[in-house]
Amino acid sequence: MAMNPREMRGMKSNLENPGKVFKRLMAYVFRHYKIHFALVVVLIFLGVIANVQGTMFMQKLIDDYITPFLLSDTPNFSPLAHAIGKVAVFYAVGVVSVYLYNRIMIYVTQGTLRDLRNDLFTHMEKLPIRYFDTHAHGDIMSIYTNDIDTLRQMISQSIPQVLNSGITIISVFISMLVLNIPLTCVTLIMVGIMLLCTKKATGQSGRYFLMQQKNLGAVNGYIEEMMNGQKVVKVFCHEEESKEKFRELNDALYVSADRANTFSNILGPINAQLGNVSYVLCAIVGGALALNGVGGFTLGGLASFLTFNKSFSMPINQVSMQLNAIVMAMAGADRIFTLLDEEVEADNGYVTLVNAKEENGKLVPTEERTGRWAWKHTHQADGTTDYVEVKGNVVFNDVDFGYTDEKIVLHNVKLYAEPGQKIAFVGSTGAGKTTITNLINRFYDIQDGKIRYDGININKIKKADLRWSLGIVLQDTHLFTGTVMENIRFGKLDATDEEVIAAAKLANADGFIKRLPEGYDTMLSGDGANLSQGQRQLLAIARAAIADPPVLILDEATSSIDTRTERIVQEGMDRLMSGRTTFVIAHRLSTVRNSDCIMVLEQGRIIERGTHDQLIEEKGKYYQLYTGNAISA
Amino acid sequence: MLSVLLKEVKEFKRASIVTPLFMILEVMMEMVIPFLMASIIDEGVNAGDIRHIYKVGGFMVIAALVGLFAGMAGGRFGAKASAGFARNLREAMFNNIQTFSFANIDKYSTAGLVTRLTTDVTNIQNAYQMVLRMFMRAPASIICAMAMAFLINKRLASIYLAAVLILGSILFLLLRRATKYFQMAFPKYDDLNASVQENVSAIRAVKAYVREEEETSKFRKASENIYKIFVRAEKNVILNAPLMQFTVYTCILLISWMGAKMIVSSSLTTGELMSLLAYCMNILMSLMMLSMVFVMISMSSASVRRVSEVLTEESTLKNPEKPIMEVPDGSIEFREVDFAYNKECAAPVLLAIDLSIHSGETIGILGATGSAKTSLVNLISRLYDVTAGEVLVGGHNVKDYDMETLRNQVSVVLQNNVLFSGTILDNLRWGDKNATDEECIEACRLACADEFIQKFPDGYHTHIEQGGTNVSGGQKQRLCIARALLKKPKILILDDSTSAVDTATDARIRRAFREEIPNTTKIIISQRISSIQDADRILVMNDGCVDGFASHEELLETNDIYREIYESQTQGGGDFDEKAGE
Repeated sequence: MAMNPREMRGMKSNLENPGKVFKRLMAYVFRHYKIHFALVVVLIFLGVIANVQGTMFMQKLIDDYITPFLLSDTPNFSPLAHAIGKVAVFYAVGVVSVYLYNRIMIYVTQGTLRDLRNDLFTHMEKLPIRYFDTHAHGDIMSIYTNDIDTLRQMISQSIPQVLNSGITIISVFISMLVLNIPLTCVTLIMVGIMLLCTKKATGQSGRYFLMQQKNLGAVNGYIEEMMNGQKVVKVFCHEEESKEKFRELNDALYVSADRANTFSNILGPINAQLGNVSYVLCAIVGGALALNGVGGFTLGGLASFLTFNKSFSMPINQVSMQLNAIVMAMAGADRIFTLLDEEVEADNGYVTLVNAKEENGKLVPTEERTGRWAWKHTHQADGTTDYVEVKGNVVFNDVDFGYTDEKIVLHNVKLYAEPGQKIAFVGSTGAGKTTITNLINRFYDIQDGKIRYDGININKIKKADLRWSLGIVLQDTHLFTGTVMENIRFGKLDATDEEVIAAAKLANADGFIKRLPEGYDTMLSGDGANLSQGQRQLLAIARAAIADPPVLILDEATSSIDTRTERIVQEGMDRLMSGRTTFVIAHRLSTVRNSDCIMVLEQGRIIERGTHDQLIEEKGKYYQLYTGNAISA
Repeated sequence: MLSVLLKEVKEFKRASIVTPLFMILEVMMEMVIPFLMASIIDEGVNAGDIRHIYKVGGFMVIAALVGLFAGMAGGRFGAKASAGFARNLREAMFNNIQTFSFANIDKYSTAGLVTRLTTDVTNIQNAYQMVLRMFMRAPASIICAMAMAFLINKRLASIYLAAVLILGSILFLLLRRATKYFQMAFPKYDDLNASVQENVSAIRAVKAYVREEEETSKFRKASENIYKIFVRAEKNVILNAPLMQFTVYTCILLISWMGAKMIVSSSLTTGELMSLLAYCMNILMSLMMLSMVFVMISMSSASVRRVSEVLTEESTLKNPEKPIMEVPDGSIEFREVDFAYNKECAAPVLLAIDLSIHSGETIGILGATGSAKTSLVNLISRLYDVTAGEVLVGGHNVKDYDMETLRNQVSVVLQNNVLFSGTILDNLRWGDKNATDEECIEACRLACADEFIQKFPDGYHTHIEQGGTNVSGGQKQRLCIARALLKKPKILILDDSTSAVDTATDARIRRAFREEIPNTTKIIISQRISSIQDADRILVMNDGCVDGFASHEELLETNDIYREIYESQTQGGGDFDEKAGE
C-alpha cells in the first residue's frame, strides 16, 4: 500500500506570536473559570495587601512604639499590643486568602487541563484519516504528554506567580514612593540593571533551550527508531554503529542542556546579589539621609524601606525566572491549538440508516431491530422521504483519486458489485487495492467520478451511517486495552455474551480464546501484544462478524493465518460472506478464486476483470500471477 | 538502586562536589549581610558614625560580590554536572540495551524504553540539579541563620527553632500524603496516554466501526479520574504556602512584641531586631526550598527505579570465554532441543527437536500459526538459548561461537522487519559496511529489488523514512532480503519474508538463490506452499514438534498436515497448479 509522502510531517511550531497564543489560552481558561479567576485575583490582592501592611508595621514598630518607649520611663505596652493585634488580623486575612487562591487554582489548573485533554481527544477523533497519515504518531502523543505537562506548570505556577508579583510590585512601589522618593530612585535604577541582565541571560538561555528541545527531539526520534529495530540491530551486529550515532546526538543534547541550564541558573544569583547591592546602596544613602534628618526621614522609615527594597526586587526576580517556562509553555499551547484548529472530517451527508420492516409491500422505518435496514433519503429538492432497502449494491463510476491533487493514484475505476457478490482485488503491492476500499467508506474523498451505494451517491450518506453499513477487517489488526470479549464487542456494543461467543466461533477464534488464561475475560494490553498476528486477525474477523453489516471489506484479513487454519476459518468466512456484498483483497490467490468477479489492478488501473476461469482463459496478467511465471514489478 | 545510577556521574564527579560547596559559600555570604546590616544601623546610624556606614557598606558589597561569584559558579557547575549526568545515564542505558538479547528485548516495550531514556532521565536530571544546588544549601542556610540568630539573641532565636521544628514536621507529613496520591495518579496517567496511543494507531478501526463517540466517552471518564486524583493530591501540596506564611507571620509578631520589650530593657538593639527578622525570612524560605527538593526527589524516585532497571538488566546471553571465530560451513544440527521463552513456564514451545541439515541445502518450513517455526530458526543464530539439548552450526555448538561471528554467518531476515531512516544504500550497508555500490546493486538484483529501486527518481540514494513507511510492504521485504544477502552468509534464513511479494517475484528470488548462491544453506519459512515446494526438504512443524521432514513428493504421500495445506492452496486449480509446480 503506497502511503502518501509525509511532507507535512513536522508539527514543530515556530512560535511567531506568543502573545496571541497566550491570549487565546487565557480566553480558554476564562471560558469556564471566569469567576474562579476573578476570585483568585481578588484573593491574591488581599494577600499582597496583608503583606504590605505587615511591612509598614515595621516602621511603626520602631518609630511609634520602640523609640518613644526608650524615651519614657514607664512605657505603656498596651497600644503596641493593640497594634500587633490589628496586624495579626491582616496577616490572618492574608494567610486565608493565600490558602483559598491556591485551592481555587487547583480547580482552575486541573479543570483546564482536563478540558483541554477532552477537547483534544474529541477533536482528534473527528479528524480525517489524512491527518494521521501526515503526522507522526509520536508527535501527536507528545501533545498529550509534554505539552499538557508544561501547561500545567505554567497555569498552576507561572500565572499566579506573575499575578502575585505584579500586584506586589505595584503596591510596594506606591508604598516606597510614599516613604521616600530618592531611595525609590536608587531602587529603580538597580531594578533597571537587573532587568537588563535578565533580558540578556534569558535571551541566551532561551536560545539554548530551543536548541535543547530540538536536540532532545532528535535523540527521541533516534531512540524510537533504534528500539523499534532493536532485533534487526542484533541480527546485523550493528550495536557499535548505533552506539556511535547515539553518542553524537547525545553529546549535542548535553552541550545545549548544559548551556541552557547554565544561563538560567546564573540568572538567579546575579539578580539576588544585585538585589543585595541595591539593599546596601539604599542603606548607605538612607543612613545618610536619616542621620541628617533630611525631609523628616527616620530610622523606622529606613527599616521599612529596606524591607520594601527586598520585596520589590524579589518579585521581579521571580517573574524573570518564569519567563522561560512561559515561553516554552506557549510553544506547547501553540501545538495544542494547532491540533484543535485542524479541520474535522467534513460530513455533509443527510441520508441515514434506519431499521426497516415491510408493511403492505412497502418499506417503513421501525424502532425494533429487524435485521433489515433501509436508507432514509430525504430529498433536498422537495422534502419528500424515500426508504431504500440496504442491499449492498456498490457502483464506482469513473473514479479518480489521489492523496494529493497533484498525484492521481487511481484512474478511471469502474466497478459494479451486485448485492451478495464477492468482488476480489488482486495485483502487486502498491497497485491501489487498499486505496479503493478506503474510498468506499470515505476514509478519503475522491477527486472525480461517483461512487453509489444502493443507488445513492455516498457523499449524500452520513459518514457514520455509511460506515455502520460496512464491516471492515483491516490489513493491520489493532486491538484495544480491555478483555477479549470487549474487543469483539467493539463491532456491536449491545451484543450479548452469547452473540460474542457465536461470532468468535464463526471466525474460528473460539478455540484459542478458550485456551487463554482467562478465556473471554483475558485482558489484552499493548495492542494485543500477547497474541500472535494470526490470532489477532481472527479476533478482527469476529469483530466484523458481530457487526453483521450488509457489505464486508476484507483487506488481507487472512494473510497472517496459515492456509490450514484459513481453510477452517473459510467455512465461517463463507457463512459470513453469504448474502453480503464482499470486497476481498488478498495476496493468496486461493482466497480469491471463488469470487464472482476478480479485478486485477496495476498502477492504479483495473487492467483485467472477470471470473477466475475467464481470467485464466485470457492468459493475461492474472494468469501470470497465478502460475508464478510472470515477469513483473 | 540509587548507587547504580550514581556510578554514571563519572567525569562529572568534580562538578558534582564543588556545586554544593559553592552554594554553601553563597549562603554564608547571604548570612553575613543582615549581620553587617545590623552593624550599620546600630554603630553607624544610631552612633552617628557615617564612616562606619561606608566601611561596613563596603564589606557588604564585597560579600555580595563573593556571593555573586559563588552563586554563578554553583549555577554553572550544577548545570554541567546534571546535564553531564543525564548524558551519561542515557548513554549507559543505550549501551546496555545494545547488549540485550532477544529475550531481554521482549521484556520491555519500545514505548517503555523510549520513556526511560527521555522523560525519566530528564526527571532525574532536574532532581539531581536541585539536589546539588539546594539539598546542601537549604540546611546550611537554616543552620547559619539559626547560629546567627542565637548569636544575636538566644531567647528570640529559640522561637525560630520551635517554628522550624513544628513547621518541618508538618511539611513532612503533608508531603508524605501528597506523595501517596501522586504515586496513585501516575499509573492512571500512563493509562490515559496509552489510550491516546491506541486511538492514534488504531484510528482506522475506530472510524470504520464508528466508535468515535464511545472512545471519546471512555477517554473522558479516564480524564475525569485523573482530574479527581490530582485535585486530591494537590490539596495537600497547597497547604504548604499558607502554613509557611502563617509561621512567618507568627514569628514576626512574636518577635516584634518580645523584641520591643527587650529593646526597652536594653537587652536588644533596634538593628539586631531587624537582622533577626531578616534571618526569620531566610530560615523559612530555606525550609520551603527543602520541601520542594523532597517533592522533586519523591517524584523522580519512580524514574530512578525505571532507569536502574534498564541499567542492571543483564543480557541473558553471554559470549563464551574462548569463542570460535570462524564458522566452517553451513550445516545445522539440532540435538534433543527443548525450548521455552520463559524458563519457569511448564509448557515448552519446542519439544525434543532432532534434525540435521547439510551445508548448501534449501529447507522449507511450513506449519500452522503458532507452531513455533520462528522459534526454531531463532535458535540457529543464537537469538535465544535452548532450554535443553544443543544446536550445532558447522559442527560446533552455537554457544561456543563468538556471537558476532555467528550472526554474520547466519543471516536472518526477520518476520517483522525494519528499515531505518537513511538512503537505500545506507540501509543495505547494514549487511556489510564496506560494500561497494556494485555489491549493493548485485544483492538487490538477487533480491529482485533492483528493478523498483531503479524506477525511483533518486535510485539507490532514495531516502527511506523512519520505519520504511515510504516503500510498500513487498518492496520493504525485498530490501531486507538484499540487506541480509550482503553479509554473504553461510546460512540464510527467510522468516516469512516474501509474504507481501507477489508469487511471480517470489519465484524469481528463489531462482536467483538457487543459481547464484548455491553453497549457502537456505531456510525458508512460508505460509505459501509455492514458496517452499521446490526446496530440497520441507520441515512440517506442528505444535512445537517436527511432524515431517522430507521432500515435497514424499510429504504429499506420508504427511497429512502437509497434504492438507497443499490441497487447501491448490484445490480446484487443476492443471495450472501442477504446471506451476514444475
